Amino acid sequence: MSAVTPRLPPPRRPLNTGRLLGQVLTYTALVLLAILFLIPYYIIFRNALLSQPQITAFTWTWLPIPPRFENLRAILEDPTAPMLTGLRNSAIIATVQTSGSILLASMAGYGLARIPYRWANQVFFLMLVTLMIPGAVTFVPSYVLVASFGWINTLHGIIVPGLFSTFNAFLFRQFYLEFPSELEDAGRVDGLSYWGIYRHILLPNSVGIITALGLLGFIGSWNAFLWPLIIGQRSAYWTVQIVLSTFLTAQTINLPALFMGAAIAVLPLLLIFIFAQSYIVEGVKATGIKG
Amino acid sequence: MSVQSVPTSTAAHASRQRRRQLRTTLAFWGFVGPLFLGLIVFTYIPVLWGFVLSFFEAKRTVTPTTFVGLENYLTLFRDRAFIQSLITVALFALFIVPATTALALGLALLVNSITRGQTFFRSVFFIPTACSYVVASLVWKLNIFNGLPFGLANMVLYQFGQDPIVWIGPPNPPWYWLVLVSVRLWLQVGFYMILFLAGLQEIPRSLYEAAYVDGASGGWTTFRNITFPLLRNTTAAVVVLNIIAAFQAFDEFINILSGTGSSNINLARPPLVYLYGIAIGSQDFGLGTAGAFILAAIIIGITLLQNRFFAFGREERA
Repeated sequence: MSAVTPRLPPPRRPLNTGRLLGQVLTYTALVLLAILFLIPYYIIFRNALLSQPQITAFTWTWLPIPPRFENLRAILEDPTAPMLTGLRNSAIIATVQTSGSILLASMAGYGLARIPYRWANQVFFLMLVTLMIPGAVTFVPSYVLVASFGWINTLHGIIVPGLFSTFNAFLFRQFYLEFPSELEDAGRVDGLSYWGIYRHILLPNSVGIITALGLLGFIGSWNAFLWPLIIGQRSAYWTVQIVLSTFLTAQTINLPALFMGAAIAVLPLLLIFIFAQSYIVEGVKATGIKG
Repeated sequence: MSVQSVPTSTAAHASRQRRRQLRTTLAFWGFVGPLFLGLIVFTYIPVLWGFVLSFFEAKRTVTPTTFVGLENYLTLFRDRAFIQSLITVALFALFIVPATTALALGLALLVNSITRGQTFFRSVFFIPTACSYVVASLVWKLNIFNGLPFGLANMVLYQFGQDPIVWIGPPNPPWYWLVLVSVRLWLQVGFYMILFLAGLQEIPRSLYEAAYVDGASGGWTTFRNITFPLLRNTTAAVVVLNIIAAFQAFDEFINILSGTGSSNINLARPPLVYLYGIAIGSQDFGLGTAGAFILAAIIIGITLLQNRFFAFGREERA
């Protein structure tokens, strides 16, 4: 996973009227599509700052002026929507799951790529087999297992089964296979153990791939729905997605509060996307080869 | 390891070699063991246990009670609701997969063809990926397609003199499909656009120059003869990933169609929603695991067929 490859300009052709017209049409189409794609976000933040009568009025209010920030208090104080608990649970689950699974996957990737163990390939094969199993389909068997551990209505019941990503281990293995061995040899001469080499040489040089896969993992974890829904059944274990979903399916009366909740739920990820998009794009390209 | 200057006895040499091997073995398992153990506990054991359960009666208990052979599987195939859920998801895939693939490719081509503002437009089309299915369902259900006069879709219709449409509800005409397909399309198309953009940037520029020298006018001819054939592997990957995801649809169906006092969930119930009801709702784990294995078999089958159909060029995807 290298840095973003520099993009070459398309081949230069004489600029004639036809080509100019083509460019104008292309930009027109792009601008119209861009507006269409941004409408849902616009609606979330507009409705989050409007009043109920403004939202349900027959004439469209374009901008929330003045913005009604009291909607924030309405959602945070609604007893049927434990938003703060949800945010806290989501933050804990996404952080622990992301850091834990990245650590385990990068360690396994290093071991598979760099430690000359006799059965390494057989172990790797046994791990790859699990990629054949469609993720969400295992929710019934996994629920059965987690239930038998007595982990229903616990945060670790939501977190632990998501810590073991074969696919990330596979990507780390690829990355470490291409890692120059000179640095590693230098470390060995200095008397570093396998752990020392991993900790002091490979990890500091994997910041790019760790950030890319970590951000993708965080997004997936924060937005997850099915697994947290079936494991965290009591409201104390709801994630922010479950809080919103419950609120959404139970009552649809308090629109400003609901949209404010949606805005709060989506804002952390929007910020990540705005400030770290190149890493996410690299991560998507890497995971996209999973065919 | 340093070079041995003093000849040592074979026994000492063998023992040193054994020690080194042991050290390698321990190091390997120290690094790979935690993940491997997790896979055994949280993937292998549940899948095998689930497979066993699917041949047993297991209601309100996760331990097998009575052996019933293939009865759970037969029950499912006789259950019209289960068959209907498979038809529903196949229909859903039939809409969403071509729509996503075509739009993702179209966006990638547009973004790739401009010189200024590539990053901006790429970001705009990619940013829906940050949104969760729950939040998007909320926007679709409560605003864009809420069926009331103040819903965005109905407001637009009003501008054209049309009456408001109840988008989610009556089965005829099935407008709810538009709602379900458009929400997923918005959420996922940017992700696949990135894959197509990556594929487009791998096409050597010299090919286009050669075509230009040969008198190709650009546009459709070059697309059909150069761009599309060279995007075959990307297209195959996009289609397969898309089908796998569509067959596991759950979030938007639950959040858009279900609700207090609403029977809309009966309009379209994909297999995961059906299994959720059986396994989590009725706690029938024998039937639930059997259904999970049927669905897994269907998905794996389609993936294999698809790979064969596209004749995957593995060497290009190293």
